[in-house]
Formats: sequence, C-alpha cells, structure tokens
Amino acid sequence: MDQPQTGAFVEMKGVTKHYAGVTALEGVDLTVAAGEAVCLAGENGSGKSTLIKILSGVEPASAGEIRIGGKTMSRFSPRMATAAGLMVIFQDFSLFPNLTVAENIAFAGELAGRRRFFSARSARAAARSVLDRVGVDIPLRARLETLPVAHKQIVAICRALACEARLIIMDEPTASLTEREVRALLGIIRLLKEQGVAVVFVSHKLAEVLEVSERVVVLRNGRKVVEGPAGTFDTASLAMHMTGREVRDAAPGPVPDSGDTLLRVEALDKPGSFRNVSFDLSAGEVLGITGLLGSGRTSLAKSLFGLVAPESGRIAVSGADVPLGDPVAASEARIGYVPEDRLTEGLFLTQSILRNVAVGRLGDHERGGFLQHRALAAEASGWLRRLKVKAPSVAAPVQSLSGGNQQRVVLARWMARAPRVLVLNGPSVGVDVGSKADIHDIIRDLGARGLGVIVISDDLPELLATCHRILVMKGGRMVEEIGAGSVTEDELAHRLAS
Amino acid sequence: MSGSRTEARLTEAPEFRLAVIAVLVFSLMAALSPDRFLSPQNLTSMAFQFPEFAILALAMTVTMMTGGIDLSVVGVANLSAVVAAIILTAFADPETTGGLAFIWLALALLASLTVGATAGLLNGILVSRFGLPPILATLGSGLVFTGLAVAMTGGSAVMGFPDIVFVIGNARILLVPVPLILFAILAAGLHVLLTRTGFGLRITMYGANPLAALCAAIDIDRILLRVYVIAGMFSSVAGMIIMSRANSAKADYGSSYLLLAVLIAVLGGVNPYGGYGRVVGVVLAVLSMQFLSSGLNMLQVSNFARELIWGGLLIFVMVVNTTNWAGFRTRRGPFKSS
Repeated sequence: MDQPQTGAFVEMKGVTKHYAGVTALEGVDLTVAAGEAVCLAGENGSGKSTLIKILSGVEPASAGEIRIGGKTMSRFSPRMATAAGLMVIFQDFSLFPNLTVAENIAFAGELAGRRRFFSARSARAAARSVLDRVGVDIPLRARLETLPVAHKQIVAICRALACEARLIIMDEPTASLTEREVRALLGIIRLLKEQGVAVVFVSHKLAEVLEVSERVVVLRNGRKVVEGPAGTFDTASLAMHMTGREVRDAAPGPVPDSGDTLLRVEALDKPGSFRNVSFDLSAGEVLGITGLLGSGRTSLAKSLFGLVAPESGRIAVSGADVPLGDPVAASEARIGYVPEDRLTEGLFLTQSILRNVAVGRLGDHERGGFLQHRALAAEASGWLRRLKVKAPSVAAPVQSLSGGNQQRVVLARWMARAPRVLVLNGPSVGVDVGSKADIHDIIRDLGARGLGVIVISDDLPELLATCHRILVMKGGRMVEEIGAGSVTEDELAHRLAS
Repeated sequence: MSGSRTEARLTEAPEFRLAVIAVLVFSLMAALSPDRFLSPQNLTSMAFQFPEFAILALAMTVTMMTGGIDLSVVGVANLSAVVAAIILTAFADPETTGGLAFIWLALALLASLTVGATAGLLNGILVSRFGLPPILATLGSGLVFTGLAVAMTGGSAVMGFPDIVFVIGNARILLVPVPLILFAILAAGLHVLLTRTGFGLRITMYGANPLAALCAAIDIDRILLRVYVIAGMFSSVAGMIIMSRANSAKADYGSSYLLLAVLIAVLGGVNPYGGYGRVVGVVLAVLSMQFLSSGLNMLQVSNFARELIWGGLLIFVMVVNTTNWAGFRTRRGPFKSS
C-alpha cells in the first residue's frame, strides 16, 4: 500500500510569509511524494492555513521556493495550482447545495474542459466513473443539501478527482465526522493512494491523523518543529509538539453527595429525531450524551433548550415544568445552551467581545429602561478574566479571536447568567489542543460548583475526561448507560459503532 | 460597550466621512450661488422640507438595523393621514376654532398613531410569526395600506381642515419650524433607544446574527414586532406633517419618498444586512441630500439631471462605505485565520 516513489511531487523549500509585520511562516520545508499521505498538524495560529494558502496559490510566499513535478513555479497562482492537480477541500467543502450530486462532481471538470454546453447525461457518466473510482454509491440525482455531511465530503473528493487531482489537501477532514464515517473516509484515502494520488491532511484531531499518514509534520508558531514517520508519534507526543507543553486530561471528580435531581426528562418524543427519551441529571453531575451522526443527539440537545419542539414529553427543572419549544422559557428556567456551530449560532461575529458576553445579561442591567453600561461592562470583563480569554481589547470584534477563545466567550455569556443546567453541544469542536484541555477543566469545574452539565459530543476522550455518566443514543433511542471510569476509549468506540 | 470605545477613532467612522460630505456639499452650493443658497428664506424652506422624508428614513433605519426593510412606510403615512383627515373633516370643519378644534386635532393624531402602530404590528407579525422576508411582506402590506386609503377616499384628496392643523407642518416655535422639532425629537429618541437601552442593543445583536440571538435566548419575535411598530408610528408622524403641509390628505402623496428613505438610510451608513447603523449618520445623510437638492433647485438644474446627481451620490458613498466593510467580508471567507 505504501510504496514511496522516488522524486517528490511537490517540494516547498524555505517558505516564509509575512503579513503586515507578523511572521506567519518562517523557513518551512515540505515535500509530498505521489501516493503519499502527509499530515500537517498544528494548533490554531500555527501557520497551517497560511501554508495551504501558499500551496494552493491563493497567497504569494514572501520568500522560498515551490517546485511541482521538479519544475520551479514562479508567480504561482490558483489557476496554476489547479492545472498542476493541486486541489484543496475546505472544511465547508465549497459545494453547491442546490445542485445534484452529478452536477457538483462534474461541473468543475466540464468548465475546465471549456465545453460550451452542459449535458446532464455526460455529467452523470463522468460522475459515475469517479464515484466508482472511490468505490462509493451515492444517488447521482440527489440534491446535495439532502445528503449527510460524510457524503458531501465524498462528493467534494470526487469533484477534485474529476479535475484530475494529483494532490488533495483536506482541511480538518474529520471535524464533522463520526468514528464510523472516519473509517469509511480512511478507506477511500487508501484507495486514492494506491491510484497514486497524494493527500495532505490538515488537522488538529490527533488520533485519526496518526492512523492514516505515512509522515507527520508539526508546525508551531510558523515554524516546523518536528517531522517524522507517523509510527513514531502517539497522541501524547503529538500534542506535546503542537502545544510545546505536556497536556494532561484529568478524570472528573466524584459526583457531590447532595446529588438532588436537578433536571428530569420524561418520555421526550419527536418522531423522526428521537423517541421516548428519559433521563435524570443531578446537581453537580456531568452527563455525556453520545451517538453517531443522525442518532438524534443534536435534536435532543436542541430540544432541551427549546430550539426544537418535541411532540410530547416533559422537561422539569427542580420539579417545575419547562414549556417545550421555547428558548426564552428554557433560559428563564435557567437552562443554558452552547451551540455546536460557534460561528453561525454561537457568536455575533462583527460585534465586540464584550457585547457577545453582555448580551445575555441585558435584562438585569436595565434601570428605568436604560442600560447601566458601566456595570454591564464590568461584569462581562470579570467573566472574561475568569475564563482566561486572551484578547488585546474587549472592544475588538469577537471574530478576531481564536476558536478556543471564542468558545470561552460563549461559555462566559452563559456562566454570567448563573444557569443551573448547562447543555454543551460539541464544546471543543474546532478548538486547539491547548484550549481543549482548558475547556475540559472549565466543564469539570462547573460540575464541582453544583451545576448540572450535559456534554453532547462524539469526541470519546473528551467524554471520558469530563463525564460521570455517558448515555449512548442509536437511531433516536437511548440504548445504553455507561458509568465513566468503567470503560476505556476503545470499548466505548466499539459500543458506539456496533 | 458604548459607541465611542467600539468605534476606535473618530476619523475612521463612516459618520465622519458623511460629515465631511455634508460640509462639502453645503460649501459647494454656497459657493455656486451664495446670495440665494445662503438666504434666510432658503435656509428656512429647507428646514420645512426635509423632516417629512427624514422621519421616513428613520423608520427605514430601525428596520434595516435588524437586517429587514419597511417598504410600506409611505403607504402607512398616507393611510394614517387619510384616517386623520376623515376625522377632521367629518367632525370638524374649517370654521372650528379654539378648544374644540384642538380636541379634534388631538383625537385625529391619536387615531393616526394608532393606525401606524396597527400597520406596524401587522408587518411585524408577517415578518416574525410567519417568517416572510421583510422586503416582500412590507411590499405587499404597503399596497394593502395604499389600497385602503384609496377605498376610503375614492382616490381624491380629503381637505377642509380647521386652521389648527396648519401648525404641525408650517408653524414655528421660537423661530424653529415645528416639523424640524418633531424630527429632532424622533431622531434623538431613536438614538437613545438604539444606544442606551437593552432593547436597542438587542436590535443590533439580532441584526448581526439572528441565529445566535435565538441561541442566546433573546425574544426574537418581540423585538421584530416592536421594531415594525416603531417604524409604523414614525411613518404616521411623517404622514401628519405631509397632511399639514399639503393641507389635505390623499392616498398617493409622497410616492417618491419611499426610495428616498431607503437611499438616505443606506447613505447614512446603515448596514442593509443588519447589525450596524447610527442615527447621526442618517441625519447627516438627510442634510447632504437636502443641501444638494435645494442647491440644484437654485441653480435651476432640471429634475432629470437632479436624479442623476442623486444616484451618483448614492453610488459614490456606497463605494466609500463598502471599502470599509470589505475588511469584515474577506475574513468570513473559506480560510480560517491561523
């Protein structure tokens, strides 16, 4: 399966990039041979994205050399990159949701072929042959937006192949996939490698990185800190290279004895999403809910906060019923919700960091209809300090922060409201390794202070590091309850995917 | 938290450019036609002219802050004017004076504000409960309001008011035109509402990201309802001024004001996608437009050329403003900052 061919397909030498006085990359070398899979690992801000931008011709390098197939590229542009067979698949895939699978796959190739008319039949034939190449069957006439995420990603890969890709660069390919889908993806990658297509993964999800790559390159602060065969790294050493320090994840402390039932969910039912879900949550407990994509975990999380209206059932906080399907009522019952997609659901990107926190507390800082700006700002800054949000100024737009700091801003907004139950949907998605450990500390601390916390995640190490109890969902039903500490990660993964 | 700290430097704010533009236009017109443009008559006539459409622009501003728009403002203004006019002509007549006339005027104003609030509520329900796109919801409702006004009047003007009605649009208090006072009160009120109240901040946040507002447990429906009710009531105030100045009410007065109101709001730096807008900017845009239009009038430029110049000004300012927004846009692209 891995026969490293002689002669690198892509060779970058001493690539350096300055942005307005900031050095994003300094003297980075990277070579990729045909049929090779290389993993580019690094925290947010380490220079990974800059390196991709240079490799795909979007940004010119300030210094250094790029050679493709032995030829030195000057004035490298996106068009030249595409012509040489370099394709980037971004996290959002950049597909057309309203077009069919066949059209999405065939379009770029058709355009490159400078054909004047579009033929649906030849598009389907082209799409079919590419899908056969990766050994996947997706209905060609299905509209893209109706597909699950994993299939969208396969369509994106196929589109790249239809353009005769020789190197596919995948940005965070596993971020939105469940374990089983990751396996399927890895299978496809192996096929591609046999066909001589090289792959560069850009990721900070560590375990998967190791499994599929021949070689690992770790960037930190714009420099290459280490490079070597994938076999010589493990999760801990990789994390250490990425952060430059040891990252340890402690197990959660015991559930406090008082343990009164805080949240009671009874027979919550929404046909098509989840069926007959019941569970209790006591004060001070951190409860994990996991399941594959489509298991109903996200709908369940949203329904706890009223964003999705269940058809029947009951949610009660300390014995008092909470009206279903009403986020305002849920927040009045002191249930908080940190959404999965920070950028579209969690944050007001163009607004200041301070406002993003303060927005949750407006009602409590109004006197005679007027806002008490000073008290509001003082309180919000206090929470930002407590959660160690690193920002040059609280007046800066929240979009200027890194993923980890952004997530802390959302957490700060809810903590300022003193919730009793906090629902965290994917609390560390898209967050770098260092911040992730900090967020886990925050979650454990929330539990220790008597809140009921629900963590919805498919990141198994995260669940094991934070939760007292883990509920497994499958096909919309709660199928299993697992006491954390009684399982290892592998067992949990197996029970989830079986 | 407060505006001054968020907008890093005064000279970088779009409002600063607008102030420069307003001064430039004023100086240009004054230079081209000093004796007529700077004459007291012209200055006061300008002060009587702009408040009616400026108030409509304020109504537009508050809806645009949520990422919406209200295309029914002129329809609401005319409908509420027609209702007030019918009350004034049915229960009073041109000979009515003194206390009685005042009472009927007060009742007519109350009725017109109620019409504005109800119309706004209807728009708000269409936008929030039924989730219609604001541009279509208010386009439709605007036609309904105009149609109602036509049905009530048969399409002709309603006239013959007591003299006291004249005061709203034409009198002065301590040399200041009454319409200008009304505009100043509404502009200041809207400014305070947007910057000093929780409701105003919620409007901004909702405009910046409606989905995040939902997830932050903001009562979205209530915000939209209140925003459109405010827009409706502002429109009915504008309707009262138009009625007084024309000394009549008709279903199709001020039809050119709709586009003008949109134009001024956009000129004033209000982000049509929601989340940013300042009343100061809108006031400056109103002044620029009025200076330009009066000045061109003085110079006896034809109406057609005037539209050309207005359009040119709009595009010029939008281009200048867009370069300011560009920084935000590119960062939202497919590349994450890292």
